[in-house]
Amino acid sequence: MAKAEYAIEPGKQELTISCVFDAPRELVFRAFTDPKLFAQWWGPRRYTNHIDKFDVRPGGLWRIVQRGEDGSEHGFHGVHHDVVAPERIVATFEYEGVPGHVVLQTATFETLGNKTRMVAQDVFQSVMDRDGMVASGMQEGSDESYERLAELLEKMKSGK
Amino acid sequence: MENYDSADRLSVTFAALADPTRRAILARLADGEASVTELAKPFDLSLPGVSKHLKVLQRAGLITQSRNAQWRPCRLEGGRLKEASDWVGEYRRFWDESFQRLDDVLQTLIKEKRTDDTARRDNDG
Repeated sequence: MAKAEYAIEPGKQELTISCVFDAPRELVFRAFTDPKLFAQWWGPRRYTNHIDKFDVRPGGLWRIVQRGEDGSEHGFHGVHHDVVAPERIVATFEYEGVPGHVVLQTATFETLGNKTRMVAQDVFQSVMDRDGMVASGMQEGSDESYERLAELLEKMKSGK
Repeated sequence: MENYDSADRLSVTFAALADPTRRAILARLADGEASVTELAKPFDLSLPGVSKHLKVLQRAGLITQSRNAQWRPCRLEGGRLKEASDWVGEYRRFWDESFQRLDDVLQTLIKEKRTDDTARRDNDG
């Protein structure tokens, strides 16, 4: 099963996510660029993806609305800037719940035998934007205080 | 990802959490209330120095300072931290779950391709 690795360095405006898929590069690229396939995997299971726009060409717009069973809706949109099959996709990303905070996303696909490594680089407009998205400050660092805080957060999550 | 207000409040929380000293202060407060003097001790910080950090944490709603007792102890406010940790979980969950689903999609595509190839071979033969 694909296990994503997150690289989130303190004080930087970017982060990278990498993941190896047990499929040839052409297929992975297709799953990223075919709207019907994309709608089947992007985002948490509890939301259904509605593809409003999905023009995978430089300058092409994309817009997806995620609908939850409770009727909640979350819109996301952006513009494709560079699409090189089956190697690379560059696009902007904006969550409509927090307008004006734009992320530049570059996904690259690399062949590893029969597998494919996908590396996604997200560049945010500020360190605060990035930290707001992932709270890297809490994920990074190996000092004891961080570990204790992480334990505390886990306890809180499990409601103890 | 509730709405703009909660997202904005979260950026204040995360900005407060982005500093190692402030995280250490929170970790200390997870063990129980402490006075400003007690909090300053392990960090080699002046009282005004630690007060500055406490103000940031207070503004972010991560801690409160009692006005009743003379030593005015600081205490951790769990609610805001939980909100922050839920958000972090949400982001990772978003991608971890996406990639699991992508795996399923890819395996289906591979199976379909194999069936197509077999059908073509059968037709040719």
